[in-house]
Amino acid sequence: MVENRPLLTLFSHIMLILGVAVIALPIWIMFVAASHPDIRMTQVPLPILPGGYFFENLDIALNRGLSGQSGQGVAHMMVNSLIMAMMIAVGKIAISLLSAFAIVYFRFPFRMFFFWMIFVTLMLPVEVRILPTYEVVANLGMLDTYWGLSIPLIASATATFMFRQVFLTIPDEMLEAARIDGAGPMRFFWDILIPMSRTNIAALFVILFIYGWNQYLWPLLITSEPQMYTVVMGIKQMLEAAEQAPEWNVIMMTALLAMLPPICVVIFMQSLFVKGLTETEK
Amino acid sequence: MLKNVHFGPSVLPFLLVLPQIAVTLVFFIWPASQALYQSVLLEDAFGLKTEFVWFRNFEELFSDPHYWSSFEITVVFSFLVAFLAMSFALVLALLADRVIKGSGTYRTLLIWPYAVAPVTAGALWVFMFNPTLGIVAYALSALGYEWNHQLNGGEAMALVVMASAWKQVAYNFLFFLAGLQSIPKSLIEAAAIDGAGPGRRTIDIILPLLSPTTFFLLVINIVFAFFETFGVIHAVTAGGPAGATNILVYKVFNDGFVGLDLGGSAAQSVILMIIVIGLTVVQFKYIEKKVSY
Amino acid sequence: MMSIFKKLVLPAALAAFMSGTGVASAVTEIQWWHAMGGTNGERVNKIAEDFNATQSDFKVVPTFKGNYTETMTAAIAAFRAKKHPHIVQVFEVGTATMMAAKGAVYPVEQMMNDAGEPFDKSVYLPAVISYYQTSDGQLLSMPFNSSTPVLWYNKDALDKAGVAKVPETWPEMKAASEKLVAAGYKCGFSFGWQSWVMVENFSAWHNIPMGTEENGFKSTKTDFEFNNDTVKAHMKNLQDWQKGNLFIYGGRRGDSLPMFTNGECGMWMNSSAYYGSIKSQAKFNFGQSMMPYYPNVIDKPQNSIIGGATLWVLRGKPDEEYKGVAKFMTYLSSPEVQAWWHQETGYVPITTPAYELSKKQGFYDSNPGTDTAIKQLSLNTPTPNSRGIRFGNFVQIRDIINEEMEAIWSGAKTPAQGMDDAVKRGDVLLRKFEEANGS
Repeated sequence: MVENRPLLTLFSHIMLILGVAVIALPIWIMFVAASHPDIRMTQVPLPILPGGYFFENLDIALNRGLSGQSGQGVAHMMVNSLIMAMMIAVGKIAISLLSAFAIVYFRFPFRMFFFWMIFVTLMLPVEVRILPTYEVVANLGMLDTYWGLSIPLIASATATFMFRQVFLTIPDEMLEAARIDGAGPMRFFWDILIPMSRTNIAALFVILFIYGWNQYLWPLLITSEPQMYTVVMGIKQMLEAAEQAPEWNVIMMTALLAMLPPICVVIFMQSLFVKGLTETEK
Repeated sequence: MLKNVHFGPSVLPFLLVLPQIAVTLVFFIWPASQALYQSVLLEDAFGLKTEFVWFRNFEELFSDPHYWSSFEITVVFSFLVAFLAMSFALVLALLADRVIKGSGTYRTLLIWPYAVAPVTAGALWVFMFNPTLGIVAYALSALGYEWNHQLNGGEAMALVVMASAWKQVAYNFLFFLAGLQSIPKSLIEAAAIDGAGPGRRTIDIILPLLSPTTFFLLVINIVFAFFETFGVIHAVTAGGPAGATNILVYKVFNDGFVGLDLGGSAAQSVILMIIVIGLTVVQFKYIEKKVSY
Repeated sequence: MMSIFKKLVLPAALAAFMSGTGVASAVTEIQWWHAMGGTNGERVNKIAEDFNATQSDFKVVPTFKGNYTETMTAAIAAFRAKKHPHIVQVFEVGTATMMAAKGAVYPVEQMMNDAGEPFDKSVYLPAVISYYQTSDGQLLSMPFNSSTPVLWYNKDALDKAGVAKVPETWPEMKAASEKLVAAGYKCGFSFGWQSWVMVENFSAWHNIPMGTEENGFKSTKTDFEFNNDTVKAHMKNLQDWQKGNLFIYGGRRGDSLPMFTNGECGMWMNSSAYYGSIKSQAKFNFGQSMMPYYPNVIDKPQNSIIGGATLWVLRGKPDEEYKGVAKFMTYLSSPEVQAWWHQETGYVPITTPAYELSKKQGFYDSNPGTDTAIKQLSLNTPTPNSRGIRFGNFVQIRDIINEEMEAIWSGAKTPAQGMDDAVKRGDVLLRKFEEANGS
């Protein structure tokens, strides 16, 4: 620091801890709710300290799920979510790298046409075109498959857009040098571009993994076999049992479990994530 | 746009764009054009009877005051989310930048709400604020304030804004912190030698230098609030009470998916698509300038 | 691992052929999409399992598809893509939409006859099936989970507040609520599913029409008329009673349940099917009785109308499979299954034999009040005003009514203005439906 002001530093720490507390409060409440029996969660005032039912609820959530949903425990749904999130993340990164490479490094007919065709898909969420997309997926026979769960969500240009930005910042000399070495386009792609975009790929992986993991309306619509259900969709369904009070303890336990994988991804990849994001955008 | 140095024409670039073009055609252009077509139709839910009605769905939309109020609500909502998420993140980032020791720990502790699904975030917040059961509502009630977001539109709006902003603070914090850490220390030291205290320095030097980051985050946050908060609204208020939180994206979904008014919903999708394309072009131009100046 | 491989690789391989070749097996599967989560979902599974155990030709596969609207939309989307289930559970407000889809829906009565399954309509309770019949009396869908709004009351609270008798009229409701609040309770009463309880059932209960054309039963040319003076006056009362907390609004669906089960509000009006939840959560003596009425509007209340859902059969499957569907429908409405379902859930039994069986089993003696719903439904022979309602686009319209009622509770609109606006906005959607579906 520029000058030493211990009081100000102490103040900063206190404020930061308060900030962390505010941010963490919802999770604390979630954890507390997940550690009490269901009846306790319908009685005012709700507890603010954990109860002794954590492992019972964990067992219910993992192995049975909410009563009557499907008899499927959350564990199975988590596997589905994982597969879906991985397919979305990997698939989207792969196709985006390729198309961004083509658009930035090649001159070819209809380049601009392809470019704009890809870019109109930017940002429009799947929810607003969900019924027509469903019909397409159904016609292709992809209901209740991992392909159907993931591929329609890959149809968006955000990743292509980002890789394009990254490639544009890579100095031209790299390509010239590669050419002098006699490297063809694919060699250049593998040996130069991919390593140079490593952090961006990592950042994007985090974003897309979370995006994929957190989908719920799409899985809800296209899956009708319980063994294809995903966990976030399960949470939403638990909230709305007809003419019954929600079982908050199991819902919160499921939510807790559902949050773990994406949080782990964010936390363990955070330095790459931060570097990859902030370096391109700034 | 294109590299000055590039590969010559061959079949390779076509093969490279093929996967993305195929996915885009089948899963975006095709359904989107169906939406476009549906937007000029009057259709029953099962698609058994179809009538071509020209632009009537659009006319109905534009003459519907609730559609316009949904526009207003979306704008208000987006700015509130952006403002709350950014200001909270900025304050935390300024503090974290001050304390050299432990800023990484704080980052880890603050980053994870980003990973929480919007619908889970919504469920969590609605659970805390449930007028009877919610722990926060209970505390408020003890303080003499009766919270009821199911009745009070302002409270409902506050709740969805808080839940959405909560998710977004982490992302903003990362960018602000990175932005702060890239400010040359010599500048700050120079100011300190001139006698400027921490507060002065923040206002005179740090904030102006952060303005590109701030602008970038503003765009990102508004886009987030526009399009990615669907799950929050769905879990917290379902657009209510009395339409007070019925943002555009939610309305499209609700009219089409719940209300089965396919034509009206498709017309709204088309309008949204136009807005998105407009936003994309603007954002594109902006970032383009930044990169190739 | 194997199943993952199958899910991933098979579709890709099959994409080239694109024929939905199912593996032929001896057992025909009957797909049943439903909206029963939680404990009721378990009971649905049990019904299907028990049926499957009774015979070996068919296998009913129940699938939980989310809440009522999600289930209905999923089925419609699936129908458009020709991937629909045989049976789908649709809530009562979707009736007009389903009914209008003549090419998609296989009327249950007709299906039973076509499949050669004996079907005696006379055993079904008139109040239950009248909602789901055509004007010439053909049954369109099979009632499954039917309920009706009742008045739930906290017996201990009423005693403590010195309310000697459970309110039967709205003036008594007001008096009792005043006493409850005076005795320190946070509120007198609350309710859920407000359009269903306070507009649809309120109208039937007072024998006044909600819309023209016999509440839409006669034709799609129907217009709303629930902005009449009686409904407006009632809304005005409710709005006024918010002062002093005689009434507190607590959300559109069942969200206000905790207010009742936590003893904040002494009375609650909502579906009789909350019996299970209240029984497990309330730590006080509770009871249910009939909804209150206005003695200055009607001498004796008419009858209430049902809510809940019915099972619709969708067309487009081989005839052989409908035989299985028909068999399942017969099983489902057998007295034993119905009596069990009724006693477990609080939903109304749909047949007289099931009702009689429950009586014989002594269910109502050991659980007093549980026959309130069925008594209320069959209080009088239904009139055109109390047979039910059949309005198109009603899912959306109910949302509109909810919105306008919320505007009234929050004071943003006067009751008269709110109801007038609801009617005006609702009529637009009715016209739209007429145009899209009218013959």
